[in-house]
Amino acid sequence: MAHPQDLTGDGQQFFEARRKVFPKAVDGPFRRLKWAIMLVALAIYYVTPWLRWNRGPYAPDQAVLVDLAHRRFYMFSIEIWPHEFYYVAGLLIMAGIGLFLVTSAVGRAWCGYACPQTVWTDLFVHVERAIDGDRNAQIKLQRAPWGPSKIARRIAKHSIWLVIGALTGGAWIFYFADAPTLGRAFVQGSAPFVAYATVGVLTATTYIFGGLMREQVCIYMCPWPRIQSAMLDEKSLTVTYKAWRGEPRSHGLKRAEPLAQVVLGTPSLVALIEQPELASRIGDCIDCNACVAVCPTGIDIREGSQIGCITCGLCIDACDGIMAKIGRPSRLIGYTTDLDARLAQAGEAPVPALKRLFRPRTLLYFGAWAGIGLAMLFALGNRERIGIGVLQTRNPQWVRLSDGSIRNGYTVKVRNMEERPRSVEIAISGVPGAVLWTEEAGRNQAARSVRVDVAPDQVAQVPLFVSAPGAGPTRADLAFTVRALDKEGGSARDTSFFERPEPTP
Amino acid sequence: MADEKRIDEPTGTSFVGHEWDGIEELDTPMPRWWLYTFYACIAFAAVMVVLYPAIPMLHSASTGVLGWSSHGDLAKEMAADHARRAPVMHALEQTPIEQIPADPKLLRAAQEGGHSAFKVYCTQCHGAGAAGAKGYPNLNDDDWLWGGDLKTIQQTLLHGVRQPGDDETRMSQMPAFGRDGILKPAEVQDVVSYVRFLSKQEGVTASSRRGAAVFTANCAVCHGDAGKGNRAVGAPNLTDGIWLYGGDRDTITETVTNARYGIMPAWGARLDPVTVKMLAIYVHSLGGGEKTPVDPVPAPAETPVPAAVAAR
Repeated sequence: MAHPQDLTGDGQQFFEARRKVFPKAVDGPFRRLKWAIMLVALAIYYVTPWLRWNRGPYAPDQAVLVDLAHRRFYMFSIEIWPHEFYYVAGLLIMAGIGLFLVTSAVGRAWCGYACPQTVWTDLFVHVERAIDGDRNAQIKLQRAPWGPSKIARRIAKHSIWLVIGALTGGAWIFYFADAPTLGRAFVQGSAPFVAYATVGVLTATTYIFGGLMREQVCIYMCPWPRIQSAMLDEKSLTVTYKAWRGEPRSHGLKRAEPLAQVVLGTPSLVALIEQPELASRIGDCIDCNACVAVCPTGIDIREGSQIGCITCGLCIDACDGIMAKIGRPSRLIGYTTDLDARLAQAGEAPVPALKRLFRPRTLLYFGAWAGIGLAMLFALGNRERIGIGVLQTRNPQWVRLSDGSIRNGYTVKVRNMEERPRSVEIAISGVPGAVLWTEEAGRNQAARSVRVDVAPDQVAQVPLFVSAPGAGPTRADLAFTVRALDKEGGSARDTSFFERPEPTP
Repeated sequence: MADEKRIDEPTGTSFVGHEWDGIEELDTPMPRWWLYTFYACIAFAAVMVVLYPAIPMLHSASTGVLGWSSHGDLAKEMAADHARRAPVMHALEQTPIEQIPADPKLLRAAQEGGHSAFKVYCTQCHGAGAAGAKGYPNLNDDDWLWGGDLKTIQQTLLHGVRQPGDDETRMSQMPAFGRDGILKPAEVQDVVSYVRFLSKQEGVTASSRRGAAVFTANCAVCHGDAGKGNRAVGAPNLTDGIWLYGGDRDTITETVTNARYGIMPAWGARLDPVTVKMLAIYVHSLGGGEKTPVDPVPAPAETPVPAAVAAR
């Protein structure tokens, strides 16, 4: 079988084999920050569905619950009905603008610290190190022939990865049903098929994305890095190799090419001792490759800002460790903006952080983000917990009754969004002489209003009949008002029509 | 061409050779796993073709090894739905019709089931909204020819109206007073005037005064002395605002002259008892349904039909 790269015959490579990345363990402030964020993020993810929240006897007591079957979304004290889905849309828009805000303030911090792909990959890499050892041991094991030890390690690693994947998928389903009940049913094998299917799919995706594909997801699959390349500007924080400080690199002194040219074949260390002024011409980068070794996406940050850089800062930790060892100032690699880099190169002071943060772009994003948030909070605080919707019966539009009056039919939907049963009064206005009644009560109970009991957190569908004297306009406005009869009160109004036959000439 | 290959300095990747307004395309190789994903899709398709219907043949597609078909799926779903509805249908079968309203869940199920059946069997004459048409009663109103409580509606449905061959069908016949010469044309006009006076469409006239006597002699036996009708024989109430064929002078004249003979099929012979029950409950719920009498009177069909109006 022809190898894919032989497709054209001239050895051109159409498909690039993956260069496996073996990130080396590193310690430092950014690594510790990543640990902390990973802990918090995973804790939020796994613990949230198990939090309880008392909503009384008529609603679930799960703090965060997406109840798809009953079309309800619970989040602590907030309950969202389907018609209020704009709150969820608003949250999503806030999340989107929030990403823009974060990007304009601190660059690709989402990619480097908080993205689930980053967090889970980090976790998987850690498991790999615990079993196979650090970078060098992993490379060695990769090259080693298959033997009992390698097989055992591979089985152990993939099993733990699969368990993590299953736990990840397992936690997800608890957001959609009562967690303790579903947990019990899941173990007993009586949970709905969709629960097992979801866990299966999420186990597979977690295992594949976090364990197998890792940086390939960021480099090839995720759209966010592409959007980022359009969003970054000269004031965006990026992980920057300060080439003006690092170059020319000196790998030991022997390989420092410019130096070798200067000293014309003399051993470079000797040259340095003989001509100490040369030291100022040697960069701080000793080409130790530590920044490349720790990079989880396998890039060389010294080539400049690039799409593969998720700005996780691990190379900063790695380089700072080396700089400390060779007695050079830290932050040869560091978070810098393009503008600051240029200023530093010219020997000028960087832009103060606050001035950088309070630039129009960041403020604009923050304004939009906070504006939507405040508007939603305001709307949430003012929303009416009772609602009415009137649907006029269209076939037949009107019915003549034996006493000559005209009857119209309506389906009135009364929405009780409180978690307790409520008595409400539905009243009509607008058509002289009109009376209404329910089918059960019958026409002899007809009045200007009817009382209806609405179950907690439910929509009551009330078929109503309205009759009015036969003489009158063919189409008249008819208003329906619903009023809660308990002391909290609240009311809502909807309008419809009352229709009569065309008068016979 | 190979000697024209140029390399993009910053990335070290060669150009494809396409250029749009100075923007050039780089020949970046795809990741290898992408290729494997493509192969996996081909393998998936091959398996799919074997397992499921895929290849178009002369009359239908090839049957897959699994024997799956969308018809089979539908049959399974229908069977499952039938099984799901079985308990409700059984309860509807066991519960006497007048007791169904006491169980709101059962009532709702019956109304919905009746609505579905109505759309299939009844809309042809009574209309999709049950509003009827000339000669076909409006089932929404509060006027009933044969009675509007649940049991009576069920009885009408089961045996129909003037359905030949059904012994218990609703039976009556109005004489063709004009055509058969029972009344002279002038008498017909007089009785029409009186009937229009009864329904408050006309005032008292000499014609209607004469018509009152004609009415008492010929019509009151079925329609009652006051013209309020008689449900035992399906004689309509002539004093209300509802007309099956029309309340204008010409239509009433035609009705008195030639009589009317509306027929409804006996659905008991075509539909199962539960469907008839559901239909009765649906029709009863349309707004004109009457309460079941506390002391059940004998079904109207069992009332002896007055000889004067007995069927031919």
